[in-house]
Amino acid sequence: MPTPQKSDLPQGTLDLLILKIVNLGPVHGYAIAQRLEQVSRGVVQAPEGSLYPALHRLENRALLAADWKQTDTGREAKFYRLTRKGRAALASEEASWNRLTEAVSLILGLANAEGDAK
Amino acid sequence: MNWLARLTRRNKLEHQLDKELLFHIEQHEQDLIARGVPPEEAHRRARLALGGPEQVKEKCRDARGTRWLEDLAQDTRYALRTFRQKPAFAVIALLILALGIGATTVMFTVINGVLLKPLEFPNPDQLMTLHGSTKDFGEFWGFSAPDADDVEKDAHSFVAAAWTYGGGTISNHGEPEYILGRQVTANFFSTLGVPMREGRDFRPEEDKFGAAPVAIISSAVARRHFTQTSNAIGATLVFEGKSYTIVGIFPATFRLAGNADIFTPIHQLSDHRTQRREARFIHVIARRNAKVTPAEAQAELDTIAGRLGRQYPATNADLGMIARALRQEIVGGVGSTLWLLLVAVALVLLIACVNVASLMLARAVSRERELAMRVALGAGLGRLVRQCLTESAVLGIAGGALGVTLAAIGVGPFVALWPGSLPRADEIHVDWRILLFAVGVSLFSGLIFGLAPALRVPVKNLEHALRLGGRSIAGSSRRLHSVFVVAEIALAFVLLASAGMLGRTLLKLSSLDPGLNTHNLLTARFALSPASLTTPAQMRAAWQSVLDQTKTFPGVQAAALADIIPMREGENVGPYSTAPITNPADATSFALASTATPDYLAVTKIPLRAGRFFTNDDKLGSASVVVIDENLARHAFGTTNVVGRRLYVPYVDVAASVIVGVVGHVRHWGLAGDDQSRVQDQIYYPFAQVPDHLIRFFSTVMSLAVRTNGDPAAMIEPLRKELRGGGDQALYDEATMDQLVAASLDSQRFLLLLFGIFAGLALLLACIGIYGVLSYLTSQRVPEIGVRMALGATTREVVRLVLRQSLAMIGIGIGAGLLGAIAAARLLHRLVEGMQPAEPLTFAAMIAILFATALLASYIPARRASHTNPVEALRQD
Repeated sequence: MPTPQKSDLPQGTLDLLILKIVNLGPVHGYAIAQRLEQVSRGVVQAPEGSLYPALHRLENRALLAADWKQTDTGREAKFYRLTRKGRAALASEEASWNRLTEAVSLILGLANAEGDAK
Repeated sequence: MNWLARLTRRNKLEHQLDKELLFHIEQHEQDLIARGVPPEEAHRRARLALGGPEQVKEKCRDARGTRWLEDLAQDTRYALRTFRQKPAFAVIALLILALGIGATTVMFTVINGVLLKPLEFPNPDQLMTLHGSTKDFGEFWGFSAPDADDVEKDAHSFVAAAWTYGGGTISNHGEPEYILGRQVTANFFSTLGVPMREGRDFRPEEDKFGAAPVAIISSAVARRHFTQTSNAIGATLVFEGKSYTIVGIFPATFRLAGNADIFTPIHQLSDHRTQRREARFIHVIARRNAKVTPAEAQAELDTIAGRLGRQYPATNADLGMIARALRQEIVGGVGSTLWLLLVAVALVLLIACVNVASLMLARAVSRERELAMRVALGAGLGRLVRQCLTESAVLGIAGGALGVTLAAIGVGPFVALWPGSLPRADEIHVDWRILLFAVGVSLFSGLIFGLAPALRVPVKNLEHALRLGGRSIAGSSRRLHSVFVVAEIALAFVLLASAGMLGRTLLKLSSLDPGLNTHNLLTARFALSPASLTTPAQMRAAWQSVLDQTKTFPGVQAAALADIIPMREGENVGPYSTAPITNPADATSFALASTATPDYLAVTKIPLRAGRFFTNDDKLGSASVVVIDENLARHAFGTTNVVGRRLYVPYVDVAASVIVGVVGHVRHWGLAGDDQSRVQDQIYYPFAQVPDHLIRFFSTVMSLAVRTNGDPAAMIEPLRKELRGGGDQALYDEATMDQLVAASLDSQRFLLLLFGIFAGLALLLACIGIYGVLSYLTSQRVPEIGVRMALGATTREVVRLVLRQSLAMIGIGIGAGLLGAIAAARLLHRLVEGMQPAEPLTFAAMIAILFATALLASYIPARRASHTNPVEALRQD
């Protein structure tokens, strides 16, 4: 399968992405993996091997809760949903992420502008 | 879901994890099939995408957060299982540890009871003792009675109470008995915070000259002399021929500076000594008021001392006053000995740990393959390290439990073995602090001996480790093993050398001349009948009759009276000078002054160097005479040819005394302590010339010295019966001179005994260690040795090969140990009285012992290696 070059996910961002996806409604692990792939349009490589440990970690920190429910096809799967604590964490993580990216792009822009001036 | 629930529902969680991952793979597979991938290919790709299922599961389990607990339970079970598989290993390791931890715990139990526990008084940190100090002769002088009274009156930041020794004969309510006592100020018990068990404390108005005599007694005396202890309160007790009303009984647990059975108010008596500011025999205790710091109390004491110095320049000009923590006074010099022993015992424990570590390491190396396999199956490095540490912690805790049991049994005999009496001995028992200490030590030792194998967990060259399994031996492991042996030998050498130095010291001290003939010499204090303590003439007559009675007793060669007995507690130090002393505070020369009857020299066999000893003609009214020892003669006159010269000894006579004789020096301060003592000079003056006003006091301190024909100890009972008089005279505190001399070296002998035991233990452990490590190392080299033998190496060459390896380790170990031993020698020199400097000969002897035993321990594996059958050895590889 020929794929464009993918970037590794920056440290810590996987949790943020998971929270963001789960925020849309209860969802099982496989669907999260699918969604990650779709949303990032294949640019970001989220290793599936680290998805489940991340989910369990978030569950352990009570940011996520899980229930066993029937899927559309009638199979039993573990559905994750956001807890109140999880929602709060998502909001603050999102804000800090935005601040960070803004700062980074500002610095990059500045560097580019200087480069242009020369 | 809390962690406990998660832990108990572990199986369910595992099941759910399986189900969740399976669901993921199957969904992925179906999606791929729907996109037209062939089923088998879809199955493969779905699995690949997720990664190794076991690794993912491991990571998920880690994410659960209760992982460490689950692992701990699992590791503990695993550890117990492996120990059960190799019971011999477990038993040996356990025994070694139990010995090490047990011995350390015993020492700590004693230290805890004696040094660390707060004193059993309320707010013990406020309690102090006060001492006088002079520039030339340092601290630890008593107070004079007037000084003590002034301090008590003037101090605002603390409350002071005074006491001094007393004691005498009880002669009503049953058998007469001599008991030890104290004279105290009325606030003595309240200052310490000791409530009466029955009755009441002294009242201030009872502590006055001429007040009605009252006493507080011990419950032991109350039990012995009254049918019921409560009957004692209000009863009349005839003590020293005087009737006292018993007002209180103090608690059985109360003790300060030795035992005492009777307390009487100090100011009821008024004798010559209590009015003189230069008679410093009063002990002062004090309690700081709340929120007063020791420095503030000291500052106030300095002010008072300064004022007294200006007011009474003749006696107090140069006298400082110093406050010390009461605890320091009670514990005294025992602290250094105890810490020294703890260090020694910790060294033994360290050797034990190293020993177990090398055992564990040998096992870990042979388990290398198992560990490599587990890494391959997804175990993380941290996880395996933790498992190794759990194993050693289980061993450590088990060893610790056994050790504490040993300690609980052993601490009693240990305290009983202590020479003399250990201060606060009744407070030594196992409590939570001890258990905490033991758990700490166990875990700590577990960590020490578990770390080495844990660090051997393979991370690199997995494939290599898997293929070679336990057969290979990496260089690092061999080096680590050698380090263990070197450490063991070094530690053992430090202990051996210390024991050797102590032994040498003891030999040297024992061979010192005590200055008198110690054999067949009996000493005992004596209490005259209270009835004869009336006029000076009657007291003198009573002493003379006791002396005459003793002299004519069958089995007695000679008898004398003296107030001071060599090497026994109780002494009297006073100033002397070759010129008249106008101000005793100016005196710079001090001597031990003892009074004796004419036969004292015949009894003790102290050599007469010049002149004569006393005769019956030296009495009151004739010229005042003294006999001095050769030290004083040399110090004061520069020669021993001094008979007929004059000496001023204010204690004996304000006018000059004539020196009539010079005798040999007696090691009064003990065989070990005499050379270091500040007071080296000795003066004797005749008992018959003690002035009348002092004879009452001297009657309470005189002792009998008796030279016997046979065993002096056998004479004690017959003499006691002979000298009972009317039933109220008592011989007490008996000791043969041989016992006193031996007792003066007790602490050195005790240290030697313990260091000897520790060194022996260390040697044994080190040998076991060397033997184990070399057996292991040579067994790893069997193929190599096989090749050598196949190529023509002889048995002797193989033995030499193995021994060379161990020789290097022993050599380095002894080298390192030598440095440690030099440090130990310095420490011992500072802490042990009379310690001799380290001698090369002692070290050489210990090196020889260690070398020989270590070589013997390595010879056995070497010999075994030399009997390797080359054919079999080569087939192994």
